Amino acid sequence: MVAPQQQKLRIAGPVAITGNRLGDGAVVWRTSSGDWSKAMSDAAVVTTSDAALALLHEAEADGVRAVAAYVAHVDLDAGGRAQPLNLRERIRTQGPTIMLPGEG
Amino acid sequence: MSLVKGGKRIEDSFILIEDDAVLPDDGAILVSAARLEADWSTLSSRVYPVGVVWPNNRPVDELAPYLSALSLVALVFPIFRDGRAYTQAHHLRERHGYSGELRATGNVLRDQFLFMDRAGFDAFEITKEGDVDAFIDALKRYTVFYQPTGDGRTTVLRQRLSARRAG
Amino acid sequence: MYIYDEYDRTFLLQRGAEFRDQVERRLAGALTEDEFKLLRLMNGVYLQLHAYMLRIAIPYGTLSSDQLRMLAHVARRYDRNYGHFTTRQNIQYHWIKLEEIPDAMADLATVGIHGIQTSGNCIRNVTTDQWAGAVPGEVDDPRVWAEIIRQWSTLHPEFSFLPRKFKIAVSAADEDRAAVLIHDIGLRLSRDKAGHLVFRVMVGGGLGRTPFIGKIIREDLPSEHLLSYLEAIVRVYNAEGRRDNIYKARIKILVHEIGAEEFARRVDTEWQAIKDGYLKLDDTAVDDIRARFRYPAFEQLQDAPFELAAALMNPAFARWHENSVARHKIPGHAIVTISLKPVGGTPGDATSEQMEAIADLADKFAFGEIRVGHEQNLCLPHVRQRDLPELWRALDAIGVATPNINLITDIISCPGLDYCSLANARSIPLAQELTERFADIERAKKVGRLHVNISGCINACGHHHIGHIGILGVDKNGKEFYQLTLGGKADEHAALGQLLGPAVPYDDVINVIERVVDAYLELRESEDEVFVETVKRLGIAPFKERAYVAG
Repeated sequence: MVAPQQQKLRIAGPVAITGNRLGDGAVVWRTSSGDWSKAMSDAAVVTTSDAALALLHEAEADGVRAVAAYVAHVDLDAGGRAQPLNLRERIRTQGPTIMLPGEG
Repeated sequence: MSLVKGGKRIEDSFILIEDDAVLPDDGAILVSAARLEADWSTLSSRVYPVGVVWPNNRPVDELAPYLSALSLVALVFPIFRDGRAYTQAHHLRERHGYSGELRATGNVLRDQFLFMDRAGFDAFEITKEGDVDAFIDALKRYTVFYQPTGDGRTTVLRQRLSARRAG
Repeated sequence: MYIYDEYDRTFLLQRGAEFRDQVERRLAGALTEDEFKLLRLMNGVYLQLHAYMLRIAIPYGTLSSDQLRMLAHVARRYDRNYGHFTTRQNIQYHWIKLEEIPDAMADLATVGIHGIQTSGNCIRNVTTDQWAGAVPGEVDDPRVWAEIIRQWSTLHPEFSFLPRKFKIAVSAADEDRAAVLIHDIGLRLSRDKAGHLVFRVMVGGGLGRTPFIGKIIREDLPSEHLLSYLEAIVRVYNAEGRRDNIYKARIKILVHEIGAEEFARRVDTEWQAIKDGYLKLDDTAVDDIRARFRYPAFEQLQDAPFELAAALMNPAFARWHENSVARHKIPGHAIVTISLKPVGGTPGDATSEQMEAIADLADKFAFGEIRVGHEQNLCLPHVRQRDLPELWRALDAIGVATPNINLITDIISCPGLDYCSLANARSIPLAQELTERFADIERAKKVGRLHVNISGCINACGHHHIGHIGILGVDKNGKEFYQLTLGGKADEHAALGQLLGPAVPYDDVINVIERVVDAYLELRESEDEVFVETVKRLGIAPFKERAYVAG
């Protein structure tokens, strides 16, 4: 995670806004209609710093539905939908890489 | 902004004077630390009450020479998680025996009222209106206190010992 | 065991009600996230990668069986049926919902446990030796003093918004199992020539980005002055600690910048003004708290009863007994460490079923008492030696009798990137792979005492600086890399490890460690020379030479 000012400099490729739902902490993605979705594929994807910051500010202004919003670099699937680019986002969307106790 | 003292909303009788403004002839005034030090000779002979806004990055030992002439010390919480003013309050009350009004200013929230009260503050400048109404409840939230401070509340240990003696 | 009474219970109910109100105000939007964050942190509530995390304090590492059962209940009812024991005598739940935390806290409060001050910039859970009150040679039970400090620090009105977190540890035995030298304040209890209890006070230890070993600022502090002296230290820190930079805000930086001598002088000035005031501990106060600790009614027994001697014929039991059972101060009794480090498992995790089974075993064999150590294992402090064979069979049946205490597979690990929002790299999968590589217990035994500590980032929750082998995860262009250090130590001769060489990618870490271990086996003077001693004698160079050569 980087501060918004640095994010502006760092943006290279598609990004989306993500955070955690206030009530239960679940990972959510900001959609183009201004909602939050648990499905990463619903995320609004933008490619410029200005657009990303605008989305981020919007998301941050919504302080009750989701918190800890930040700009995440994402990959795109064949249909142009966001999917995880790095390990951190893969873990956030798909869960720990280890088996949880009592599983398996 | 509301001022709460003695558990009640009160009118603020002090007027904040900017550093470059002329001192009014009468009425209670609140000045900065710099003004206090620069204009001490005038301020010390003033008939009307004088208060100071003391910053949280200067030890209150430096305020000690002026204390006997002050009616109000306002300490500052620039953000609520900057807790330096609690130690300043402790020093003013316990090291310097200051008994005038000690006002909490800045980012003052209901979740800190009890801490502030226990540290020696007796007046609170409150920005959230809802917090004003919650003031009394916030101070009554706890009846159990583990550590002694200068506030005179009985600690758990002393409560327990006296209950045992009585029982 | 510290016994809670109505005052403590009232306090916890009031605290729970306050937090419930804060959560409601947050959910309703009356508190901003910025305002709420500090309030939730002071109750042990974090926001992590996937969910909220609730950290519960286990004061001085002591739990009753009922408390452990309640921890199991909370895991089952509000989380995913397991908990994670940390390096600071806490347990964490990693999947909890903010909306349900007030209910979980209310459940916990019924048995006197809570998350108060397990996070935030306040005085944290006071930790001590998990063998307190059981180990031979202790000058006093350090938990009495930890409890005195806990009470003083709980919702301290002046010290709840410090520049940064503040950790205090106490130890009172010859061997320091509380790692007091890496705490903001470390306390070592001893007796002076006249027989009075006195403290050595160390300040400014800590790991993280800028690791320091604590510096002694006071010898022989009379115990009646403990609280006034601590208050003086924290007061100086609250007033003068840096707040301009979060990475320089710990007391260790203040102590380092002005020097331990000058720091001690400032503390002394403050202390002289308050030492004979209301914080002075009289005998009545100490006796009251001491009286609230209950000790088992130990039987008069002989060491090495025949049940034990017979069971030792079984090599599997003998191996566990040699590894996981320690001497108790009372003849015929023993201290049992329960390994939460099974091969392939997550260090420090226990399921609800395991917690409940251990609680039952504690009732049956150990006076209903369980301890939690900073090594992320549990412990039964008071077990009759004659019961050891039956206890072992029961522990083995639930997978917590791996005879690997203090061996290379007894790994200390933070949750890492699998859970933590601060982490750069994963910790747990490395720990799992390392335990699998050294799964052969005979091989691990041959290597001997070797502490591996893994942190997924510079915040050092896995205490990598003081691991005999320390592993630190770093991010290199989006890839997980790991720096290795050798020669760190957590005990009374605490030392920081030295960097082995360049960071290595995830896939190479276990191989590098294996080569370091092979180098040690080759280089050690005898089987009695443990890993850290060899590193100390020879330095890093011979290990570095061998570690990076692919086999």
